[in-house]
Amino acid sequence: MKLLKSILMGGALFFGLSMSTIAGEPIKVGFVYVGPINDGGWNTAHDKGRLALEEALGDKVETVFVENVPEGPDSERVMTQMALSGADLIFTTSFGYMDPTLNVAAKFPNVKFEHATGYKTSDNVSNYSARFYEGRAIQGHIAGSMTKSNIIGYIASVPIPEVVRGINSAYIHAKKVNPKVEFKIIWLFTWMDPAKESDAAKTLIEQGADVILQHTDSTAPLAAMEAAGNVIGFGQASDMTEYGPSPRVSSIIDDWAPYYIERTKAVMDGTWKSQAVWHGISTGMVGIGEITDAVPAKVRAEAIALRDSIVSGAYHPFTGPLNKQDGSSWLASGEMADDGTLAGMTFYVEGIKGKVPN
Amino acid sequence: MDFFTLNPVALLASLMIAATPIMLAAIGELVVEKSGVLNLGVEGMMIVGAVCGFITAVETGSAWFGLLGAALGGILISSIFAFLTQVLLANQVASGLALTLFGLGVSAMIGNGYTGIKPPGFNTVNIPLLSDLPFIGPAILSHDPIVYIGILLVILVWYFLNKTKNGLVLRAVGENHDAAHALGYKVIWIRFSAILFGGMCAGLGGAYLSLVRVPQWTEGMTAGAGWIALAIVVFASWKPYRLILGAYLFGGVSIIQLNLQALGVEIGIAYLSMAPYLVTIIVLVMISSNHLRSSANAPGSLGRIFHASQ
Repeated sequence: MKLLKSILMGGALFFGLSMSTIAGEPIKVGFVYVGPINDGGWNTAHDKGRLALEEALGDKVETVFVENVPEGPDSERVMTQMALSGADLIFTTSFGYMDPTLNVAAKFPNVKFEHATGYKTSDNVSNYSARFYEGRAIQGHIAGSMTKSNIIGYIASVPIPEVVRGINSAYIHAKKVNPKVEFKIIWLFTWMDPAKESDAAKTLIEQGADVILQHTDSTAPLAAMEAAGNVIGFGQASDMTEYGPSPRVSSIIDDWAPYYIERTKAVMDGTWKSQAVWHGISTGMVGIGEITDAVPAKVRAEAIALRDSIVSGAYHPFTGPLNKQDGSSWLASGEMADDGTLAGMTFYVEGIKGKVPN
Repeated sequence: MDFFTLNPVALLASLMIAATPIMLAAIGELVVEKSGVLNLGVEGMMIVGAVCGFITAVETGSAWFGLLGAALGGILISSIFAFLTQVLLANQVASGLALTLFGLGVSAMIGNGYTGIKPPGFNTVNIPLLSDLPFIGPAILSHDPIVYIGILLVILVWYFLNKTKNGLVLRAVGENHDAAHALGYKVIWIRFSAILFGGMCAGLGGAYLSLVRVPQWTEGMTAGAGWIALAIVVFASWKPYRLILGAYLFGGVSIIQLNLQALGVEIGIAYLSMAPYLVTIIVLVMISSNHLRSSANAPGSLGRIFHASQ
């Protein structure tokens, strides 16, 4: 079914693009999205970046995008169509596009590719990602401070290092303010399925969670929290302020616009080089949404202080002493995790129950 | 790993909610298939129902009007399928798949601008005395009305198919359309109405997602529920009472695996999620291994095109 849909979309894309190439002066930038642009989360954030790019460069840039592109080999066709119809730069915005991006890039050496949240690069493939775990540290702090049941629910999406890192970072900082805290983690194996996300949130609430963190893309968990009352959560990828001031008490906002503008300009100037970047709160790629009045003033002040210390570089969310889940030591006292370990993180830290699924 | 922390009341309550949308869609499809038509467009009809129901509910401020809108939306989109397959005699499998693609696309288009809005809700049913019963009250008797409408609909369909003349005629058309035609029954029109009924039910199932279970509108939010509904019809071997069982099993597995995960039980979640589909395949194998059983179950003319001249 998905296959058929992609074929149809691919066809539509082909015609759409071939018509626009006739006009063809401006630089053409393509975007591949894993979900719909109006999911209110991850894809909305990327599309905001695209719109900001159009606004910043005006008629010097032309953008195209395809939404709902399944991860894996299917996405290769969409990228190939984009490259064939004259795109100069293509952003592929989901982890599962990593190998497809490299495959397509090898066939189109003159087209530049930028893959989000992966870890591989090549001559014409950069990878860019954001240090969301910095934001998770702040969420963990608020969660640990505000939970009364000491049970924090976590709706995890797909078991990749980025998600595991987020869980660890949130846990470490929740535990720091509240040693009694316990994490209940549900893996959904999807980035977006509102019904499942909603069920997961309800399940966690039934099992006593009064704070829920999510790594899935839709606002469905926040709707479930609102219906339950007395449960708080956080916006994911987009601000999700429509659920504020409670249950949404803060959020992690992805701001891709500056990066998209910078890289498009680099292609125009001919200064584009393959790179691997990992930006955090300090550059604005990760934003912390307004912490609402539902959070006590003291906790809010602490959370803001934590954010500032991360921004200034005075504090790293993964600072020892930290043990791995099995009790073996990972970081000695005062030692900070290196990016390599973080990028490939597939283990829980000590104290988290359950296993990371394969 | 403490099973005693599992709250059976909450578990049963969420199970009933999870089963409702697929039960609604499946009972519609069951009638369609009983009339001898295979409509693979359930997913598309559900998502159109979800968006139509959502928009109507938001615009009128009434969730009940939302249901009405969803039913009309489902009927409208299924009438395209009915026209293609019954009047133009198009291939049912291809038309059904096309309907799903069309439904996903058109719902995304008309739903644009309705994301991030909260729809009006239903009041939960509160039956005096009964809803206050321990266990049964909170688990089974304090839901939104649609949960009960779904079960009622299944019972009505059972009654219709087994106890009414029109129901028997519909089944006759599904078993052997040539014989039914020879007896003077209007095969095309009976199938046409069955398809519209299926569309209405799928629409209601979709609206249950967007108005009650989630409740919000997100593109592609049915996320495969329509395909599960199709599997349930086969699982139930076209029998309404087994369909309730199937819907609770499919809905139950998804709820139970979430609960077990939250409890930290280390079991193969993938295996648990696979289980209902495995059972469906086993049912299929059992049906087809025995010719007598198969003729008693799958409608004889299922998926075949009917033309009076043949």
